[in-house]
Amino acid sequence: MIIRLFLHLALLLLFAPLLQGVITRTKALFAGRVGAPLLQPYYDLARLWRKGFVFSRTTTWVFLAGPLVGLVVPLLASLLIPFGALPAPISFEGDLVLFVYLFALSRFFTVAAALDTGSSFEGMGAAREVTFSCLAEPTLLFALLVLARLSDGLSLGTLLGSHLLPAWHSDAGASLGLILVSLFLVLLVENSRIPFDDPNTHLELTMIHEVMILDHSGPALGMILYGAALKMMVMGALLVRLALPWQTGWWLSDALLFLAGLTGLAVLIGVIESIMARLRLPRVPQVLVGTMLLSIFALVLVLR
Amino acid sequence: MLLLLILFPLAVALLALLLPWYQARSWLLPVSGALHLLMAGVTVAGPGHAPSPWIALDALSSLVLIVTSLLYFGCAVYAVGYLDLRRDRGNKTIVPCLLVFLSAMTLAIAARHLGLLWMAVEATTLASAPLIYYNRNRLSIEATWKYLLLCSVGIALALLGILFIAYAALAGGGMPATLQLDTLLAGATQLSRPWLHAGYVFLLVGFGTKMGLAPLHSWKPDAYGEAPGMVGALLAGGLTSVAFLAILRAVQLMTAAGDGAMARQALLGMGLLSLLIAAIFMVRQPDIKRLLAYSSVEHMGILAIGVGIGGLATFGAMLHLVNNALTKGCLFLSAGNIQRAYDSKRLSKVHGALATLPISGSIFLAGFLAITGSPPFGLFMSEFTILRGIFGSGQTWIGLLMVLLLAMVFIGMGATVLTATQGEPVKLESAYKDNFLLVISPLLFLLLVLLLGVYLPEPLQNALREAAALLEVQL
Amino acid sequence: MLELTNPLLLAVILINFYTLGSARLVACVRVVALQGALLALLPLLSHGFTFHAMVLAAEAFCFKGVVIPWLLLRAIHRVRIRREMEPIVGFVPTLILGVLTTVGAFLFADLLPLAPEHHDGMFVPTALATMFSGFLLLITRRKAITQILGYLMLENGIFIFAVLLSAAMPFMVEAGILLDLLVGVFVMGIVVNQISREFSTLNTERLTALKE
Repeated sequence: MIIRLFLHLALLLLFAPLLQGVITRTKALFAGRVGAPLLQPYYDLARLWRKGFVFSRTTTWVFLAGPLVGLVVPLLASLLIPFGALPAPISFEGDLVLFVYLFALSRFFTVAAALDTGSSFEGMGAAREVTFSCLAEPTLLFALLVLARLSDGLSLGTLLGSHLLPAWHSDAGASLGLILVSLFLVLLVENSRIPFDDPNTHLELTMIHEVMILDHSGPALGMILYGAALKMMVMGALLVRLALPWQTGWWLSDALLFLAGLTGLAVLIGVIESIMARLRLPRVPQVLVGTMLLSIFALVLVLR
Repeated sequence: MLLLLILFPLAVALLALLLPWYQARSWLLPVSGALHLLMAGVTVAGPGHAPSPWIALDALSSLVLIVTSLLYFGCAVYAVGYLDLRRDRGNKTIVPCLLVFLSAMTLAIAARHLGLLWMAVEATTLASAPLIYYNRNRLSIEATWKYLLLCSVGIALALLGILFIAYAALAGGGMPATLQLDTLLAGATQLSRPWLHAGYVFLLVGFGTKMGLAPLHSWKPDAYGEAPGMVGALLAGGLTSVAFLAILRAVQLMTAAGDGAMARQALLGMGLLSLLIAAIFMVRQPDIKRLLAYSSVEHMGILAIGVGIGGLATFGAMLHLVNNALTKGCLFLSAGNIQRAYDSKRLSKVHGALATLPISGSIFLAGFLAITGSPPFGLFMSEFTILRGIFGSGQTWIGLLMVLLLAMVFIGMGATVLTATQGEPVKLESAYKDNFLLVISPLLFLLLVLLLGVYLPEPLQNALREAAALLEVQL
Repeated sequence: MLELTNPLLLAVILINFYTLGSARLVACVRVVALQGALLALLPLLSHGFTFHAMVLAAEAFCFKGVVIPWLLLRAIHRVRIRREMEPIVGFVPTLILGVLTTVGAFLFADLLPLAPEHHDGMFVPTALATMFSGFLLLITRRKAITQILGYLMLENGIFIFAVLLSAAMPFMVEAGILLDLLVGVFVMGIVVNQISREFSTLNTERLTALKE
């Protein structure tokens, strides 16, 4: 049990920033550049940790609470979700609801921290972020409902258990395909990737997520970046397990399969960032509603 | 012989595309019309051949074939004179389209396979769209677009209805899925009822759109209003009869399956609604062609009521089919003449037609008297027969309602027609003159209707009776 | 063969959703073409590789997948419009309506008295759903070309239902139906062109001169 916990946390903490590096490298290769080294995010985190804080005089304790919660929540959430075939350290009935709302908690604190600075840019970004997440959350819940219907349980461990492989080959395979696509779009929205948000933009008026963290500096910024990487890995874990439902029995090969799946996911995100442009802001709610309807349809197919 | 009847207009259409002379193209129409009428007469009167599963003539289709062919011949003769007047528009499209239209109508009349029937009716929609667009102005585009879209969607629903009927054969067990009419009629009692009823409803809606029964009639005033006179005559007299034939096939099927009463109720309801809507919209109608369109809706309603009541009224409906087609031909052609002369069809410009155009004006006036059911014209006899049937079957309230609505129609239509024909004669600006080709057809149609009102020849009576018998309950 | 028809029919439904929510005319035409091409495979997958099925499939692919979209794209090119306007109900409400009617179609199809071999299949619900989506497009959109696309989708839905009954539909009749569809779209394309020339727009809400 303790070993499992350590393995889980080790995988999470060590591997998460590498995903960011893979995405950046993929984009660079697509653009014909060599790009930053794969371990660049680790160097960035180390550099930020060494610097000092700069706080604005208008902020309160909420301003620091945002990054802290943003770091702790993915850690907690990762304990609930199985990494590939490695079972989750903590598992109980209904933990999928906790999973979804832990992220809601972190979003709340991020938004509160952004509003705390009193800057109008950050308020604007906060409003956009909350709207989009509002529309993405039902999709996530419907997708989890589909999985719950297929597995007859309400714990993430049961949902992503060993019945997934035969489920893909049966009639429910179509629904699983649909929710895989919906979950991927939810991943892109929650992690502020193209086509919903451009992580490389430097124009504040076009930012959604980056603008909320504009005022942070030093270790707080490091916490935010690390937290974002952890969040991507945890949400990616859900997708990878759904897409690669195989398991061997040996922990090492399962872990390697999981990491390979995550790397593949990162490459996919990098490719999408390179070939697509960002959606116009009014289109984003339309696409999100479409995704939600897709997941509802998948649910109907499974309920039939 | 029947196959030749369907294919030869297509061959003439091809010829029309290749001929470079304007007049020659126009004359192709009456020549082919005459040949078609001759061949149709021979086929109908001649000995019946072995019925093929695809095309064959029974009593109903023989009747509609003769009527349609006659109407087409008359309109084709008119067309020569009309196209001579409209040289600015050219006839490279209208002549082939008219011929393809004839071929498609003949195919629809003779079809014994429901899928073939559908195909032919859709082909008539497509062939008639360029005809409506002949005048190429804003209003005709609007009319053509509405016609094309509404009729295509309606006919798509009819296709769904046909598929439901095939499914009724499949789901009923005992017979394979088929759309051949004779097979379906023979095994009708084995058809699955819910699918048959659903199919009937969709067929009624789909072909009812084509026929112009309310509430699916909204394209009619626009299309008939903007199309040239002879196109209006063909649509109102010929195409509606063909669409009605398609609906009658569905009624035949329902009757053979034992659910004839339900089928008739639906028809009766739609017929009454059509009559009501036509009566309402004909009051204070300022456009003479739209008036005629609503008159067409009214008469389709009367046909539906006739078949809906059954018995003697069905015989009346068959007679009415013949009379209506001929009278509509007469009315539309003379209205077309009036429009050409006044360069307008609205009452603000058109009045005093009796004085300025003695022949066309009086034909129009006489046609109005005929279409509203005045004796001694034929429509009086057919409407009277239908009313006798209604009162005979005990549905007094429906009969009274029908009489009231017919009176309303008479008043409404009369107001418009009398304003157009009487009143202060206007100095005509166009160079239009009534000539032989333009008036002979409407005049002959009118005389035929007058004849039918006074004397019903024995062979025609037998034909009508046989046609009505096909629709009656075979208990 | 049934396992292959289900993903195909699912793709057809997804294409319905895309067309209901999209404003880009060229993309919509291409996607409806894809739907037609997918439907052309349906007779092959459900009835095996008989001569009848193969000819029907080839014909449907040619007409629905190639020629009709080409006609429509040519009409769009001549008329020089690229985007649909906001529909009468709005894109997102239309999409929601489309999904609701699809769900309704699935529920309704379970209640229908189908022949035993068609129960629990996806044919009938997909046919109903596609027909509803076609109707929605016809009713709620303003540009004439999208209305034609709605008509095509309606015909696609009817085609799915017809595949169930291919014993009843001899080859000649199906050929005739497809030919009618082709000529229909051709004529509609011409009329659309004329509308655009006369009115300088394809907004059918302008076609309101004829009244009463």
